[in-house]
Amino acid sequence: MQFYTSPEQIMRDRSEYARKGISRGRSAIVLSYADGVLFVAENVTSLRKTSEIYDRIGFAAVGRYNELETLRAGGVRMADTRGYSYDRRDVTARWLANAYAQTLGAIFSDTSKPFEVEICIAEVNDSPATDELYRITYDGSVGDEHGYMVMGGNADAISNVLKEEHQETVGLAEALALAVKALGSVGGENGAPRQIADRQLEVAVLDRNRPGRAFRRITGNALVSLLGPRAGSGEGAPSSGEATSEDASSDAHPSTPPAKLTSRPKPEPPKDADPAS
Amino acid sequence: MDHSRRPPAFFTTPGTSSFVEYLTAHSPELLPGRRSLPADRAVPAVPHATTIVAMAYADGVVMAGDRRATMGNLIASRDIEKVHPADAYSLIGIAGTAGVGIELIRLFQVELEHYEKIEGTMLSLDGKANRLAAFIRGNLAAAMQGLAVIPIYAGYDLDASDPARAGRIFSFDVAGGLYEESDYDGIGSGSIFAKAALKKRFRHGLSRDEAVRFVIESLFDAADDDTATGGPDLVRRIFPVVMTATAEGTVRMSDADVSALTQALVQERSNQL
Repeated sequence: MQFYTSPEQIMRDRSEYARKGISRGRSAIVLSYADGVLFVAENVTSLRKTSEIYDRIGFAAVGRYNELETLRAGGVRMADTRGYSYDRRDVTARWLANAYAQTLGAIFSDTSKPFEVEICIAEVNDSPATDELYRITYDGSVGDEHGYMVMGGNADAISNVLKEEHQETVGLAEALALAVKALGSVGGENGAPRQIADRQLEVAVLDRNRPGRAFRRITGNALVSLLGPRAGSGEGAPSSGEATSEDASSDAHPSTPPAKLTSRPKPEPPKDADPAS
Repeated sequence: MDHSRRPPAFFTTPGTSSFVEYLTAHSPELLPGRRSLPADRAVPAVPHATTIVAMAYADGVVMAGDRRATMGNLIASRDIEKVHPADAYSLIGIAGTAGVGIELIRLFQVELEHYEKIEGTMLSLDGKANRLAAFIRGNLAAAMQGLAVIPIYAGYDLDASDPARAGRIFSFDVAGGLYEESDYDGIGSGSIFAKAALKKRFRHGLSRDEAVRFVIESLFDAADDDTATGGPDLVRRIFPVVMTATAEGTVRMSDADVSALTQALVQERSNQL
């Protein structure tokens, strides 16, 4: 026997359900800095929240893992299909953000359970002023953000830190320090800032100065040295030895670009890897 | 409530990490080898790409190709590029019908990159070679009609137990057969002459400079005896494409370097006569 439920009520219930799911998760930050776009996510698992989508486009998401992985893989498929049928330059973040918005919107209104995810599509361009950051939420709404964006639980509090201190002209180390500080500004005991262990940070960049595929992860020793000595890094920060065991790949130095998505030891990237012809 | 409207197929097909498998299911019209071919065997006049050579050396592998494409008795292109990076650590060169070959290279590049992005790790070198063999097999019908393409594939094997043997070369036949070559190999119309030249020069543990010089020499020798292989064009400054794949990734040698080596070779040969 069916009871009548007003559409408003249905949508409100779904929104609330999705928001609750998202706010349970740990946060992620995407921000522009002098040499690219930085992704920092607090992540205690080895399942990734950030990913390469295409040459200049990266992806970050918070929420339910199976749903965000579906969206991530879908984005890679769409981008590769488009790049193959047209040209690599024809794959743009705005197009991709629109496709995600359509998909999430359809899922939100047409299926009984909305996706509990919030995603960011970032495209690195010639300067921080022209970088593109799109926020797509569970109901398919798209926001065009400038400079930085925060997703996940406590996003508002973290945003406040970035709002006051974010500058696009800083280098990678400073940008990372700010992002880590912002992520640690919430969730401590009695509202005190907390220290996030190195191994709980998932860090990646879209490198503005790298031709072709700009995405690279910063892991292991490279991440430890980039974070530098941190105040009060007691039990939180693991020794560098521990960090390497997790991922031996690691760039010897963060500013020398290597690192693909793999954990195999591999030094330099190709100088000539972008498909010609 | 209506449950019939589903999100697009892009998002609802979990599983496959292969771009080609994905296209097969969702956009088969984009794939090569799916076009109906005319019943008769009249091969249209299309450009053909010719000689490519590859040679292993101490740090990896070098691949080089001449720049000529021919169409019957005509030169279709003087500066075609037939050697390309397949991904960060491997190289692919093609001989045969240029149009089919170029499409194949593009598809292969996307296939490798797609796997890497979806899986977060690279395919093994053998896995990549097997994928390529499957592509060639798919082109068999067109090959029977005269649109054959044969690739040569070489790369640096990141999993090799002996770093001195990490540079590996694979050759293929038109039916998709995959053969690993030791040391060196060549494809295309001038390859008989080029391979003969390499045979005399090859030894284990060559340095990069030696290996590069030998492959350029072998192309020079091939151009000497094969009309479809282009020699160095000193007038237009068109030189072979030379690429290496090592632990540091793939690198294309600059035209200036290849030009210097070629001119030295030409000088050396003219002194001998």
